Amino acid sequence: MPTCNHILPRYERKGRCEAFVFFSVDPTICLLAAATLMAFSGVPGLVMNRPVWGQRIAAVFVVAASIVGEFAVISLLGGSRGATFQIDWPLPFGQALMSVDLLSTIFLLPLFLVCGCVSVYSIAYWPAREQTSAGKLTLFLGFFAAAMVMVVLARHGVLFLIAWEVMALSAYFLLTAEQQSSEVQRVGTIYLIATHTGTMALFAMFSLLRGAIGTFQFPASHSLSQAVPVASVIIITALIGFGGKAGLMPLHFWLPGAHANAPSHVSAMMSGLMLKMGVYGILRTMSFFDALPVWLGWLILLLGTWSAINGIALAAGQRDLKRLLACSSIENVGIIFIGIGLAVVGLQLHAPYLIVCGLFGAFIHIINHGLFKSLLFLGSGVLIHAAGTREIDRMGGLARRMPITSPLFLIGSLAICGLPPLNGFVGELFLYVGAITDGIIAPLPLAALVAPVLALVGGLAVITFVKIYGIIFLGAPRSVAAAHGHEATRAMTAPMVLLALGCLVAGLAPVLLVRLVTPAVAFYGNLAAPEIALVTDQVPLVPLTFANCLLIILVLVIGAAYLLRLRRLPRSLGATWGCGYPEPTARMQYTGTSFSEMVVNLLGAIVAPNRRKPILVTAIPPADARFHYTVTETVLDRILTPLFQGVGLAFSYLRRVQHGQLHIYVLYIFATLCVLMAWTH
Amino acid sequence: MTDIIIHCAVALLFPPLLLGVIGKTKAAFAGRVGAPYFQPYYDLIKLFRKGSVFSETTTWVFRAGPVVTLSATLIACLLIPLGRHAAPISFSGDLILFAYLFGLSRFFTTIAALDTGSSFEGMGAAREVTFSCLAEPTLFFTLITLARMSKSITLSTILTHPTPATWFAAGASMLLLVGALFIILLAENCRIPFDDPNTHLELTMIHEVMVLDHSGPAFGIILYGAALKLFVLGAVFVNVALPIATGNALADWAIFIVAILALAVTIGIVESVMARLRLVRIPQLLVGATILSAFAMMLVLR
Repeated sequence: MPTCNHILPRYERKGRCEAFVFFSVDPTICLLAAATLMAFSGVPGLVMNRPVWGQRIAAVFVVAASIVGEFAVISLLGGSRGATFQIDWPLPFGQALMSVDLLSTIFLLPLFLVCGCVSVYSIAYWPAREQTSAGKLTLFLGFFAAAMVMVVLARHGVLFLIAWEVMALSAYFLLTAEQQSSEVQRVGTIYLIATHTGTMALFAMFSLLRGAIGTFQFPASHSLSQAVPVASVIIITALIGFGGKAGLMPLHFWLPGAHANAPSHVSAMMSGLMLKMGVYGILRTMSFFDALPVWLGWLILLLGTWSAINGIALAAGQRDLKRLLACSSIENVGIIFIGIGLAVVGLQLHAPYLIVCGLFGAFIHIINHGLFKSLLFLGSGVLIHAAGTREIDRMGGLARRMPITSPLFLIGSLAICGLPPLNGFVGELFLYVGAITDGIIAPLPLAALVAPVLALVGGLAVITFVKIYGIIFLGAPRSVAAAHGHEATRAMTAPMVLLALGCLVAGLAPVLLVRLVTPAVAFYGNLAAPEIALVTDQVPLVPLTFANCLLIILVLVIGAAYLLRLRRLPRSLGATWGCGYPEPTARMQYTGTSFSEMVVNLLGAIVAPNRRKPILVTAIPPADARFHYTVTETVLDRILTPLFQGVGLAFSYLRRVQHGQLHIYVLYIFATLCVLMAWTH
Repeated sequence: MTDIIIHCAVALLFPPLLLGVIGKTKAAFAGRVGAPYFQPYYDLIKLFRKGSVFSETTTWVFRAGPVVTLSATLIACLLIPLGRHAAPISFSGDLILFAYLFGLSRFFTTIAALDTGSSFEGMGAAREVTFSCLAEPTLFFTLITLARMSKSITLSTILTHPTPATWFAAGASMLLLVGALFIILLAENCRIPFDDPNTHLELTMIHEVMVLDHSGPAFGIILYGAALKLFVLGAVFVNVALPIATGNALADWAIFIVAILALAVTIGIVESVMARLRLVRIPQLLVGATILSAFAMMLVLR
């Protein structure tokens, strides 16, 4: 029986005001209630055996859970502290604890928002009326969301691993919704292997941790001495286990395929939320130690930089809309790790500006990425419905047919490029200020090199997202399906509007975003308010709001003047200028592949495009010829796949001993026993 | 207050003259009389009175492109100090906003180009984003180096900091910075050797080909925006390259205007004596500029 054990009964507001009753409930209870609601959201549909209603009921459950959860997060940010609960379970691992602290809020805040949006979206995107797998999908979506909440709440190694596995496995069942497709099966298997390799590392990590402190319960923050002999091993295994889940290079290889082949709303949750659970794991593990080894900060910084540059370079070359978005998730995780790396380096160098800017940058980017990446993935679902393909090069001209999705997708694209006046800029601003301040103060400003790297990544992001937006939405339709594309229903656009509004508000009022994150930064970085204020004063938050508003006003004024002028002058319509060619067709347009061809050639070492050119025969009439172009991925396609194939080949020799003849198998057992007996004597 | 008014007046009215000066210089080299200095102004006035032709494939994005681009450049122009006077909008960390505003304007210019569905404009857009992406790290290396010298992350301080003394103390580093900045100035403004603004072959153009389908007032906005961008980046260059401050406000303004006109003449000379680079060489030159600026940073660390 779970027994309630109030360790911190501090928050007492009972009977003050009816409106505050909700807040007076303990945040942990709220979060547990939300998790329970989400976990069971798919059950009514299964029990009633009426999938259409089941899906709707599930959406109501999840939205209710989201509201409860967000209230809990806000009350936590407002200063209340969650109680710690203790589960007395019959398992031999000691009592399991559950609690919530300010670090958790960073992850829970986008989690509940996105889960609510996704559940509403799924009603129209994966309708139970048409899709037989909808019931299963709804069920696992609930498990998935609840498991992520439990990951954040768990304060006990075994409980954490249980939640982690439920999360990883429900993600597997979600992404293999279209089991018939061989591609889905393939990426599902890769995902399963990758996630369990990671879990294996986590098993090792928690066992070592137990060896060091004698219990599976998480040690209190900063309580573990770095002098523990296995400290470095614990950190390395955590980096492998959690880094793999976060999509940190070189453990990212499962990510593009898995995110591309999952249903779009599942991709939104996997990319916007599940990757962050890996980030959470690393942050939590690092918080156990009183000090961190010197190399760790630089290692994280290096891995983050590598992921950011390679992720966006891979994204730039993609032809598949969702694979492109997935690769850009690797980039964004890289940016988050750059922030964490700066903070850890700052800890070593006793540079508060690096700690504060790094943590702010990372935490703000975690929230931001949850918003805009979910928005873009939900948008990709709308596009797939409209055009019936994921190929960027087969779309085009969809802005005319999708007047709502088009501006929403544009907002998401601008935000993910980190351009003002949207929210993506705010997180990067902190990283830049940290890096440049390091460039000014530090005797050897290595961390300052982050600024040019971020600039390069930003430039590549602009290439990638100009390509995706320009080729998909603008120009003339490149296929019949794209020409007949249609706008989505309101159930699909409304969640996107909410997410886009979040991006806009957070971009225009960065102070708001900083307010949300400050408690977590203070808690995690163990910093006092004046220390934080000293650094955040250097970051132009209020002037940024002013400049952003000025920008919008200027756009409106100049735009209005232009439109008024346009009305007075003669206007005519014509064909696009084709340099004198009288009959241009839609197929002559620049495609996404041609758009990124130049940069792909420059970054050939990373993207490694695989071209197969046709042999041209000068016969008349010329025969059909085919040009084949795929963007390969170094780690998976060049290293892991050949390696696994080689290993498979080697093991095929072993199969000779496994021939299906039972009496020989019994002989094996006898022989083994004989050997063992001889061994012991 | 007077400085702010002069700043706005100079920034708003002056830029097209730079194009006129460049044109006149090139004409002088070619032995022609050339168009009058004020020709760009006449062009602008004419364009704002002309009717427009819109391609049937275009959407609102095509109309929004020039507007957003000009707005972003105008804000950037308010962040930059001119003639040793602090900028009207100046705050700590404004250099990051400055760099990203160009990213925003690039985003909108290129999607407006893609909106026409023309393969030539797609080509121009692809080149523009690729080259600017390579130019971006250089700008940040330069700004970090200058920030380290001036111990500030405010553009107004960073760019008014260079004095003859800084040049004597860190001459090599400053020289490298000036070189890198000049390359960035030419690349970002699509001047020779990166792009020929007067070319007549769509296949070889970068900036001009992106705006082929714009006409009338929209093209006027684009032309003005391009002149403004040249002015803003030119002002950055002049601030770093010319470390003279007399202390007299009006004299400083005069020096600044003469200097930026001289810069226009220099650009005109470069355009007259050089040919366009082959497209494959452009990335090499841009990466070269990045390395130069990285060297400059390394030198100030000593």
